[in-house]
Amino acid sequence: MLILPKSDIAPSDITPREVYQERRQFLGMAGGLALAAALGGLSTLAAANTRQKFSGVIPSKFGADEKPTPYKDVAGYNNFYEFGTSKSDPADFSDTLRPRPWTVSIEGEVKKPKRIAIEDLYKLAPLEERLYRMRCVEGWSMVIPWVGFPLADLIKWAEPTSNAKYVEFFTLNDQQQMPGQRSNVLDWPYNEGLRMDEAMNPLTLMAVGLYGEQLPNQNGAPIRLVTPWKYGFKGIKSIVRIKFTEQMPVSSWMKANIHEYGFYSNVNPDVDHPRWSQATERRIGTGFFQKRQKTLMFNGYAEQVAQMYSGMDLRKNF
Amino acid sequence: MPPITLTPAAVSRVKAVLFCIALLPIARLFVLGFLDKLGANPIEFVIRSNGTWALTFLLITLTVTPLRKFTGANWLVQMRRMFGLYAFFYALMHMLSYVWLDQWFDWAEIGKNIAKHPFIIAGLSSFVLLIPLAATSTNAMMKRMKRNWQKLHTLVYPIAMLGVLHYFWLVKKDITQPVIYAVILTLLLGMRIVWRLRQNTVR
Repeated sequence: MLILPKSDIAPSDITPREVYQERRQFLGMAGGLALAAALGGLSTLAAANTRQKFSGVIPSKFGADEKPTPYKDVAGYNNFYEFGTSKSDPADFSDTLRPRPWTVSIEGEVKKPKRIAIEDLYKLAPLEERLYRMRCVEGWSMVIPWVGFPLADLIKWAEPTSNAKYVEFFTLNDQQQMPGQRSNVLDWPYNEGLRMDEAMNPLTLMAVGLYGEQLPNQNGAPIRLVTPWKYGFKGIKSIVRIKFTEQMPVSSWMKANIHEYGFYSNVNPDVDHPRWSQATERRIGTGFFQKRQKTLMFNGYAEQVAQMYSGMDLRKNF
Repeated sequence: MPPITLTPAAVSRVKAVLFCIALLPIARLFVLGFLDKLGANPIEFVIRSNGTWALTFLLITLTVTPLRKFTGANWLVQMRRMFGLYAFFYALMHMLSYVWLDQWFDWAEIGKNIAKHPFIIAGLSSFVLLIPLAATSTNAMMKRMKRNWQKLHTLVYPIAMLGVLHYFWLVKKDITQPVIYAVILTLLLGMRIVWRLRQNTVR
């Protein structure tokens, strides 16, 4: 199995101090180079430095034994149609998004509707780092060190009633902040949904950061969903509203094409997208001469999630 | 406006310049590759770039005749073969980058992809049909085949249609780009239909 339980060994125990210090020296030098580049006009580097680092993040409880995808790719190659449909659009055009102040409203089948500010969400549960694989429905993948907390903790706080069978999420709906919403490429606001047991699964994460820092706008600041055994588009970004429902929600992608995108959208190498194969994937950031790799059932998280779908025809419930 | 006429020497020069310009898209890939500037998904970048340029050169090839009719610049026809061969060249690079860089000659997987996915069938058919056109593009073949050459080369119309269809079927949701290609192709084919109809009524 690729998911490893938390190890008692801290990274600092493994890396000899000299090597560690050498690395720091190197990083210092690299920092100098970055400064020179920034002075040379690359203001994006300067802007990147304004993102806040989280302190006291609990080291990974879950981790893929794989190399994280470089930060520049995680934050430079995104699908976030609210800022345009090309992969570089979100990084280029998401400056208009204002992730502070931010509140998320909780509604639907709950004891009473509530609102919660992003700062309070940070305190809802201890923030953890989790190294998860991310498999896009388009056939590429990444390994991302998220910072976040289990959705289960948010649900417990939200106090859903016994009628709540599903959780539905909505992205911000604001053409000023999200200019891509002026085009009708999808039915805005973007929405997604999970069955209650999927939402309560320990793997399901509300991410607020990556690489130890607050989420960049293009990755769904300030809060997004991460369900690593499902295709990436289930990971709805910049969430403003969470609604508990009795009926199965119809997501934006289901509305866009019900034959191609189902409610579950679990990663499954045996069920192809109607127009392309899902058997293999290209790992981003591994270079020009790296072969495609085999896609794993439930993206390699079968041990944690397969039991939720036992007895279901995954060809029908794609 | 009087037609722009060129001396044979000038035509050769124009052709040489266009020949070099047409190499820029592939040169760009090499430059970006060496600078490590092909982005997070370099292989997809290369495949897409070659594919869109194959389609672009197909449409440029189909633009030659209408442009010649409208401007009276008959020398334009001397550029047509070169554009057509560039369409073939970029289509070949597109295929090669898929078969080599993306699939690493995994013929079993490629076979499965062809059998299962219509967009690949459309693209592959378009490419296969281009081969005889490229092979018969020499003056000698033109002379030898006479009227049959004309007939064979009308294949360029289904080739272009299949190419655009291939593009349409592969995009996930935003069809802006394929629509642009489809609109241009429809105009280019539409003109030819109108000419044919007029010709028939004149007779």
